[in-house]
Amino acid sequence: MAEVTMRVWRGDASGGDFETYTLPKNEGEVVLDVVHRIQATEAPDLACRWNCKAGKCGSCSAEINGKPSLMCMTRVDELPEGPITVTPMKTFPIIRDLVTDVSFNFAMAEKIPALLPPPMPAEGYRMFQEDVQRGQEFRKCIECFLCQDVCHVIRDHEDNKEHYAGPRFLMRIAELEMHPLDTNDRREYAREEMGLGFCNITKCCTEVCPEGIHITDNALIALKERVVDAHYDPVAWLGRKILRRTKRTAAEAAVQPAP
Amino acid sequence: MATLETSTKVVLGGARGGPDAPTLRTDRWWIQPVATVSILTAFVIYSTWAAFQNKNYYVGANVHRDLISPFYSPCLTDHCVPGSSAGFILHGWPLSPALLILIFPLGFRLSCYYYRRSYYRAFWWSPPSCAVADAHPTYSGETRFPLIMQNVHRWFFYFGVLFNIMLTYDAVRAFQQPGLGWGVTVGTVVLVVNATLLWMYSLTCHACRHLFGGGSRRLSAHKLRARFWQFVSPLNAKHMNFAWASLIFVALTDVYVRLVASGVLTDYKLF
Repeated sequence: MAEVTMRVWRGDASGGDFETYTLPKNEGEVVLDVVHRIQATEAPDLACRWNCKAGKCGSCSAEINGKPSLMCMTRVDELPEGPITVTPMKTFPIIRDLVTDVSFNFAMAEKIPALLPPPMPAEGYRMFQEDVQRGQEFRKCIECFLCQDVCHVIRDHEDNKEHYAGPRFLMRIAELEMHPLDTNDRREYAREEMGLGFCNITKCCTEVCPEGIHITDNALIALKERVVDAHYDPVAWLGRKILRRTKRTAAEAAVQPAP
Repeated sequence: MATLETSTKVVLGGARGGPDAPTLRTDRWWIQPVATVSILTAFVIYSTWAAFQNKNYYVGANVHRDLISPFYSPCLTDHCVPGSSAGFILHGWPLSPALLILIFPLGFRLSCYYYRRSYYRAFWWSPPSCAVADAHPTYSGETRFPLIMQNVHRWFFYFGVLFNIMLTYDAVRAFQQPGLGWGVTVGTVVLVVNATLLWMYSLTCHACRHLFGGGSRRLSAHKLRARFWQFVSPLNAKHMNFAWASLIFVALTDVYVRLVASGVLTDYKLF
């Protein structure tokens, strides 16, 4: 009978190592199924986070053969022959085995000023499909944080975490910046407070996104271009001078305090 | 230890899980950087050589043709080959006319979002590939000089459009065969394809997509911009293809014109 060999990283903040498990191979299984069978048979104390098993909750993020992936969406029979390596997400502090502390992401989410619509007109708010469809793509995000995990800005440079929100939250800023009812000017905020300039658009966030969101092309570059409007475009600068428009500062832009 | 001050205090740092290895990837992730380095290095070597040649860049009336290499168009110096001049003459430039103009397409490609992705990975190893360790101990990205200058991409886009207009004019002129009338030769096709690919590369550029609609918060209020944005967005997804195709073809166009101008090849008339 065919077998599947899995090398799972076991350990916590004090250290750890790989443990190898060999089980019978079942047709159609995903990596999370095998991890569950390991828990059921050989290692009941193996820690892993999971919930829906359908690629929609974003809980079972890990690195499979070195690639950030959802364990529930990675079929065993689509991986190359040989042992399968499963490790926790590298960017975040380890709690135990495959479980990491992703609090950094929640803190970053909290820092983003919320939608600030204008006062409600008598007839109510009205939006058109072409105005909201760009943001709808970003709403598919399941917050698995694989894009945050793969982003080398914080993956390989821990010191940047203080200044850089990461692709998921820059995408959130882009979504709000494109929102037809948002009155905040978030360009300065993205540049000065959330570290948009750190992104060197290597597109790894797009490559690993299980929802297929074009994070780099549709959000990060779009946001960078809006910053160019405000800072680096001579034609836009001339237009502002002629029309007597002014840029807002980061402090003015983030007019609505975070909750 | 650094912290993020929010409703709950998040302490940054802390031990990470997994082995301390640059990567655990088992696939051939290095193929893409190797291919990028090979093609871009070959292009830079060839274009530098071609730019300094200062000859064989124009096929003129003596063979009933009007073909100019894209590396030398517009030819702006007072020692351009007769017939190749763009009209405006810059006196006193002693070097190759190509050196006057190549900075603009070079700057456009160097600051292009797609090429940035490619050469940051392939040449600077920042990172070499996804989930492969960055080769540098510190990283400030495009927040400081010199990389903050990447934001001038839009300036080069404006110049790039001017060059595309010029190269389109060259392609139209290539239909003209002095002394014979109008017709189509292999050279005409080469110049038309070259101009088309360069237009596609420019029009699918992220800066262009932004300028013609992407920058608007309310596309519903700008119907024309909305239509252009909807048209160009699917093409923008193919920007990589146009980037490589136009880069390779612009070099091939120079090769073709150079071979015809030096007498190695004959520019055959198709009809």
